[in-house]
Amino acid sequence: MVTIFTRPDSMFDTPTHYCPGCTHGVAHRLVAEVIDELGIKDKTVGVAPVGCAVLIYNYMNTDFVEGSHGRAPASATGIKRSRPDLVVYTYQGDGDLASIGAAEIVHAANRGEKITVVFINNAIYGMTGGQMAPTTLPGQKTTTSPKGRDVNHIGYPIRMAELLATLKTPGYIVRSSLHDPYHIAMAKKAIKQAFIYQLEGKAFSMVELLSTCPTNWGMTPYQATQWLKENMLQYYPLGVFKTPEDE
Amino acid sequence: MAKKLMKGAEAIGEAAIRAGCRHYFGYPITPQSEIAEYLSRRMPEVGGVFLQAESEVAASNMLFGAAATGTRVMTSSSSPGISLMAEAFSYMVGAEVPAVVVNAMRGGPGLGGILPSQSDYFQATKANGHGDVHFIVLAPASLQESVEHVMMAFPLAEKYRNPVMIVADGLVVQMMESVDFDIVETTDPPDVEDWAATGTKGRRERNLVKSLFLDPLGLEEHNRKLRRKYDEMEENEVRYEEVLIEDDTKLVAVAYGTTSRVVRSVVEELRGEGYPVGLFRPITLYPFAYDRLREISKRDSVKGFMSIEMSTGQMIYDVRLAVQDLKPVGFFGRQGGIIPTPDDVRKAMLQELEKLGG
Ligand SMILES: Cc1ncc(C[n+]2csc(CCOP(=O)(O)OP(=O)(O)O)c2C)c(N)n1
Ligand code: SF4
Repeated sequence: MVTIFTRPDSMFDTPTHYCPGCTHGVAHRLVAEVIDELGIKDKTVGVAPVGCAVLIYNYMNTDFVEGSHGRAPASATGIKRSRPDLVVYTYQGDGDLASIGAAEIVHAANRGEKITVVFINNAIYGMTGGQMAPTTLPGQKTTTSPKGRDVNHIGYPIRMAELLATLKTPGYIVRSSLHDPYHIAMAKKAIKQAFIYQLEGKAFSMVELLSTCPTNWGMTPYQATQWLKENMLQYYPLGVFKTPEDE
Repeated sequence: MAKKLMKGAEAIGEAAIRAGCRHYFGYPITPQSEIAEYLSRRMPEVGGVFLQAESEVAASNMLFGAAATGTRVMTSSSSPGISLMAEAFSYMVGAEVPAVVVNAMRGGPGLGGILPSQSDYFQATKANGHGDVHFIVLAPASLQESVEHVMMAFPLAEKYRNPVMIVADGLVVQMMESVDFDIVETTDPPDVEDWAATGTKGRRERNLVKSLFLDPLGLEEHNRKLRRKYDEMEENEVRYEEVLIEDDTKLVAVAYGTTSRVVRSVVEELRGEGYPVGLFRPITLYPFAYDRLREISKRDSVKGFMSIEMSTGQMIYDVRLAVQDLKPVGFFGRQGGIIPTPDDVRKAMLQELEKLGG
């Protein structure tokens, strides 16, 4: 019998704690597949965020450092600068990366740190129970924006990929989405390219992944993917915003 | 090697390099930016890494990342910057990684001032971060001692897998003195493969460097493990110096760092005039020399203590804890970045002596 589909070698054989329909699991798998395909499991160090994915190291079978909230790009900088032979990536939610860690991500990108950032944009704070994130869409209801995000009160959602793409320092900045198999395949390509740029010592890379949080969106998994497609894709266009080859 | 006349900040930077530190992350703040400036020149010369971070928050989390790979790494800052670093410090203690931190204390609170101070004593000894957190805290009184403390801080941090802080006030960092780097033996970094994030290389199970323990019993066990390390520090690492504490000493001044230099000169002078005074100088602020001070307090000849600090009174709480109600503990301090003059100290000590009955 030929095995055509199995768990990536870089993942432990264990169920995750994620809610049904949560795309964190999908994103983990894509990263693990890429690590397997590039044969870098033995020299990869991940940096976990503070958020639902803080326990990512329970699923990924590589060395891991658990950073403080939003500072993963700084800790990854410390790891990569002290051990340039390692492959270093962070995995961060939108509260972690775009709110409390906004300075750390901007400056890591601007220094051109040779790290890879996997950025899960689910437009909400998952772990703490569905509060508003800097990425929450206008009008979107959360536990701290019960009447919907009011842009006059709190401003518009931050488009991190676009923001980082304005930096002069070379980088690979992509936005993909996890709402259907086609886009998941595209997301994997982007993640792989991001790791390749790191292996080549070329550039900082960030792959933003539009993701679902059915639990805190108050939806079924199917409704959540539909909502992502119908609402997030418009505000957060997919694409490659910048490559190291630009200019 | 012959002694070398150096500026404090440069001697501290050079000591780190001599100790085998090749990684420094920091953010400028007076009065210690010269440490960063020196290392920005020196690190590339020795194949090391100097990186100016976007903030102390980032610098300390870079420190954490580098430390998590078992790399010898240092940062330095001054009071307001140390407050920002407290987050990473707590994670580092929780995750059990070694690193060295220099705090050139300046006056506070808030932006305070830029002149020398000792007003971060509480923070350094009791509150380097949230949770049950302790750093070994070394308080040098001279440049030579700063060099020695920096050089021994790395192996100490590695021994306990816990950060070590050197609290040098702004004066120590800014002054010039002659130093000898060869006094301290350098050590090789220990093998870190059993815990550090260095890539499994296919040779071992993966390593996790983390501070999260969601299971309360697991966290309790972790806290107790850290406590056992603190107990070991308290058992093995207490350092202090006694100056002219003799059979007839009535008043024991307690002072550390720059203040202790002034107090030492006054104590020597008063002794010369026949006054029964002595100086107790804590070298480690944590662990504190409770036991030794308590022993001294039990002597019949000793009538009282006096904590002399550049703060409104912080170490005095530890002195009192040591002495308890056996003997009175007086206080003299200057604040705002003002170093007490020998005259100030002399007057205060003579007054205290008089209170104790001459
Ligand atoms: C310094 C600090 N502030 C706040 C928190 C509480 N907290 C934990 S996770 C989180 C937000 C997580 O949201 P996000 O990054 O979007 O990740 P998700 O859970 O949605 O995957 C917050 C605010 C914390 N742990 N530390
Ligand atoms: S709360 Fe949201 S982000 Fe967190 S696991 Fe559940 S669905 Fe996923």
